[in-house]
Amino acid sequence: MITMKEVWKTYPNGVMAINGIDILINKGEFVYVVGPSGAGKSTFIKMMYREEKPTRGDIIIDGQNLAKVKERQIPYIRRNIGVVFQDFKLLPQLTVYENVAFAMEVIEESKDKIRKRVMEVLDIVKLKNKARFQPHELSGGEQQRVAIARAIVNNPAVLIADEPTGNLDPDTSLEIMYLLEDINERGTTVVMATHNKEIVNTMRRRVIAIEGGRVARDEVRGEYGYER
Amino acid sequence: MKGRTLGRHLKEGGKNLVRNGWMTFASVSAVAVMLFVVGAFVLMIMNVNHFASALEDDVEVRVFIDLTAGEEEQEELLNELEELAGVEEIAFVPKDEGLDSLIASLGDQGDIFETLRDENPLNDVYVVHAENPEETEQIANEAEELANVDGVEYGQDIFEQLFTVTNFVRNAGFVLILGLMFTAMFLIANTIKLTILARKREIQIMKLVGATNGFIRWPFFIEGLLLGVIGSTIPIGILSYAYVRFYDTFGQQTGIEYFQFLPQNPLILQMGALLIAIGAFVGVWGSMMSVRKFLKV
Repeated sequence: MITMKEVWKTYPNGVMAINGIDILINKGEFVYVVGPSGAGKSTFIKMMYREEKPTRGDIIIDGQNLAKVKERQIPYIRRNIGVVFQDFKLLPQLTVYENVAFAMEVIEESKDKIRKRVMEVLDIVKLKNKARFQPHELSGGEQQRVAIARAIVNNPAVLIADEPTGNLDPDTSLEIMYLLEDINERGTTVVMATHNKEIVNTMRRRVIAIEGGRVARDEVRGEYGYER
Repeated sequence: MKGRTLGRHLKEGGKNLVRNGWMTFASVSAVAVMLFVVGAFVLMIMNVNHFASALEDDVEVRVFIDLTAGEEEQEELLNELEELAGVEEIAFVPKDEGLDSLIASLGDQGDIFETLRDENPLNDVYVVHAENPEETEQIANEAEELANVDGVEYGQDIFEQLFTVTNFVRNAGFVLILGLMFTAMFLIANTIKLTILARKREIQIMKLVGATNGFIRWPFFIEGLLLGVIGSTIPIGILSYAYVRFYDTFGQQTGIEYFQFLPQNPLILQMGALLIAIGAFVGVWGSMMSVRKFLKV
């Protein structure tokens, strides 16, 4: 599903963020990406949805080489990759329903199809009854669930979550984790960057630790391994 | 692109105009002022051109044939004239015809010349038209050198002044219009930049969920187009009204043959179409300029 071969990334300002990473993530896997701040974790994640382009090497997701695709193909690549952020990135003036529908409007789906599918994912994230609310009327956990609904509404093969629980309290974080597991069980590959030691150590999954732009550790049912 | 998507883009573009109230107002005003000046110049230049071409059409070289020249020599001269560079047309005016028109042009007083019928003192004339009025002088000079030519006449003085004035008006108008166009364009670019800054987050999210650049660009394209077109309607209205009034008052009564103003129709339609086109172009260009940078995410 996700293959990285000899991936290097040096930013124009000279910062060497990723220094030779080889990795294979299979379809349907759930992977934590951990590591200290500034170790290249963020770049690693950004390269997966082609926010950053590797300087060298190949990143193949679902048969597409992200290192080689042309600029104008990026939108089509992104439609197969859902992304969730720490700060939710919802549009404040739109309702919950509209925020989720937005991702389908952009790819020019029909109104009927949009309505049906949006209600379906709102059901998955258990926000069907809040479809008409605006983001500021929701709690942080609920907002993140809207963001997740938006990320999966187009049935992506991969869901990338960059610190999805970073702004949430432990109980809410757990709620989000159950949701991500649920989505993972429906067949979506999930890659999640996190600083949350408790979650990684309780919900044991594969852990990839990145330090100094390299894979320092890759364990099947690993633990967080850092103090904080 | 699908129909409903176009509908969405139109709605979004229109919404932006309202959302940016004051900046919209500023840009529309800038476009309106710019196009007002452009339009006024267009009306002026079109009329000046009209005067000039009426004059230019009338510019001709009159080549007087030597009184002693026989038919053969006239024929020879005609051939030589035809070979001069830039000659479009040559008409032969025999001296009798010349006298006729002289008498006619003098009206009642022309009758005195009737006595000259038998002893016509005029020359036979070749009237030469140049392909390009600006070549007239050269043709006249060359014709003067030919054999059997008694003399050459053309409106030397008016001529040079005419070209100086019309060229100046055209060039000055053109430079001014270009300058104003750029000013308006940058104002529109700035307005749309504000729109984009306000919607930077939205654009970022659109890109994340897989919107193509074209999809993102459309609402801004429409916003720019609307800014430009709305801005053009105001000066079109004012200038049309003003020109109609002007023409009603002065149109028919200049009295001088060459200086006829252009009639309001089709001039106003042409001016209107031109202003809308410039407005739309400036609006779209301005908006595309500011969107381009933001799409490189």
